[in-house]
Amino acid sequence: MALKRKDLLTIRELESDEIHLILDTADSMKEIASRDIKKVPALRGKTLINLFYEPSTRTRTSFEIAGKWLSADVINISTTVSSVTKGESLLDTGKTLQAMRPDVVVIRHPVPGAPKILADRLQASIINAGDGAHEHPTQALLDLLTIRERLGRLKGLTVAIVGDISHSRVARSGIQAMRKVGMDVRVAGPPTLLPRHPEELGAQVTTDVEAAIADADVIMMLRIQRERQGPTLLPSLREYSRLFGLTVERVKKAREGVLIMHPGPLNRGVEIAPEVADGPYSLILDQVTNGVAIRMALLYLLTGGHAATN
Amino acid sequence: MPTEVTMKVSEKAQIMDAAAIQRALTRVAHEIIEKNKGTADLVLIGLRSRGVDLARRLSQRLKEIDGAHVPVGALDITLYRDDLGRTGRHPTVRKTEITFSIENKKVILVDDVLYTGRTTRAAMDGLMDLGRPRVIQLAVLVDRGHRELPIRADYVGKNVPTAKTEQVQVMLQEEDGVDRVVIMESTTDDQ
Repeated sequence: MALKRKDLLTIRELESDEIHLILDTADSMKEIASRDIKKVPALRGKTLINLFYEPSTRTRTSFEIAGKWLSADVINISTTVSSVTKGESLLDTGKTLQAMRPDVVVIRHPVPGAPKILADRLQASIINAGDGAHEHPTQALLDLLTIRERLGRLKGLTVAIVGDISHSRVARSGIQAMRKVGMDVRVAGPPTLLPRHPEELGAQVTTDVEAAIADADVIMMLRIQRERQGPTLLPSLREYSRLFGLTVERVKKAREGVLIMHPGPLNRGVEIAPEVADGPYSLILDQVTNGVAIRMALLYLLTGGHAATN
Repeated sequence: MPTEVTMKVSEKAQIMDAAAIQRALTRVAHEIIEKNKGTADLVLIGLRSRGVDLARRLSQRLKEIDGAHVPVGALDITLYRDDLGRTGRHPTVRKTEITFSIENKKVILVDDVLYTGRTTRAAMDGLMDLGRPRVIQLAVLVDRGHRELPIRADYVGKNVPTAKTEQVQVMLQEEDGVDRVVIMESTTDDQ
C-alpha cells in the first residue's frame, strides 16, 4: 500500500484507502514526539521548502517541526521577505525553487489552485497548506486522526461543523474527508455564510446551531475569518456570538461528553466560549499535536519512490 | 524498478517444526540467564513483527525459569532503514511501543532471522535514540549467514546454511496460525 500520487493538493482526489494509510502512518509517527531525542533519520538529505504567501503560525511551524523530526533540511520562505514582494510571479518563484532541487514544497497561497500550478510544473512533491477558500487537506487529515484517536473509529460518527462554511477551506476539505470515511456531516451557520449549493458537499445544512449539534459526536467550530469576507455578511460579532457561538449553555444541550474541535486560531468569546475551548472535552490542543504527526506521515509517504528520477 | 521476471516461490524444506522452535527458545532463555547471571536489568525488544512474538515467548520462559518479569517492547526499524529513497516506495511505518526506559538496561534485541545484518544495524541506531543501554545483545531464531555488516548474534535458535537465492520464512502461531520455519526457493518460470 502506498500513496498513488506525487502531490497532496486536495482531499477530493484522495481515495479512502489512502486516507487510512496516512492516518495509520501518522499514528506510528506519534511515538517520536514522546521521545527525549525527537529525531529519526528517514528523510536525511531531503529538502523541504515552506512557501507561505499568507500568514500562518501553526501550519508553518507544524510542517517545519515535522520535517526536522524526520531529519529533512527545512527552509521557510514568507512573502514579506522574498522576491515575491518584488513582483516575481508564482511560476518564476517555483522555477527558482526547483533549481535548488527541493524534494517537497509546502505552499499556502490566497488563490485557489495555486498549488496545482506548481505541482504541474515542478518535480518536487507539492503539499497544499491552504489555497484561498478552496482546500486545506492536511487540516482535514489531522482532524480525522484526532477523532479516531479519541473515539476509536470514524465510520458512522456524526460531526456538526458550525460557522462560516462558505469561506472555509477547513470545512471544504473536512466535509469531503469525513464523507470518504463514512461519517455523517451537518453544517450550520448564518444564511450569508452558507454555500449556495450545500447539497453538493454531501452535508445536511441548517441555520439552527442547536439542531445541528443535538446528537452529534463531534462539534467543530470554525473561525470567523474577517479577512475573507466583505463587511456586509455579518452585521455584528456580538450577534453572531449570541446566535452561533458555542457557549457552555449550548454544549449542555448537546450529547454528554461531545467532543469539541476548532482549527485555530481561536476568537475567544466570538465563535467559542473560553470555558468550552479549555474544557475537558476540548480536543483543540490534540489537533495541534496530531498536525505534526500527519505532516510527518505525508512527508514520509510522498518522498518515497517517485522522486528517484535524475 | 527492477525488471519484472515471473518468479515462482516454492517450499524447499522445513527446517524447524513447532517442537524444535519450542526447544530452541527454551535453550536460548537458559543461555540468556547464564550469560547475564540472572535476569536483573534485562529487557527484551522485539523487532516488528515476528521478533515481538518471539520476545514475548522468551519473556514467558524467563519467568518460568527465573520467576522474574522481563518487560517486552516492540521496535519498528522502518525509519532507520539504509535503503529508504533507494528502492521504490517507502515501506509502511508501524508502531514502536516501548513503555519502559532502556537507560542503563541490558537490552536483548529479538528477531526471527539474521541475514545481512542491516536490520540489526538499523535496530541499534533506533535503540540509541531511545536511550543509552548498558549493553545490547542479539537473539535470533534462525541465523542464515551472508552477513554484509560486522554483526553477530549472541543467541541463535538454529544455524541454517542457505543460498542467497533462497528465503527463510518463519511462521508463528500469533501471526500465521502455525509454528514452523521453512526454506523457500525462487525459480524463474521460463527455465
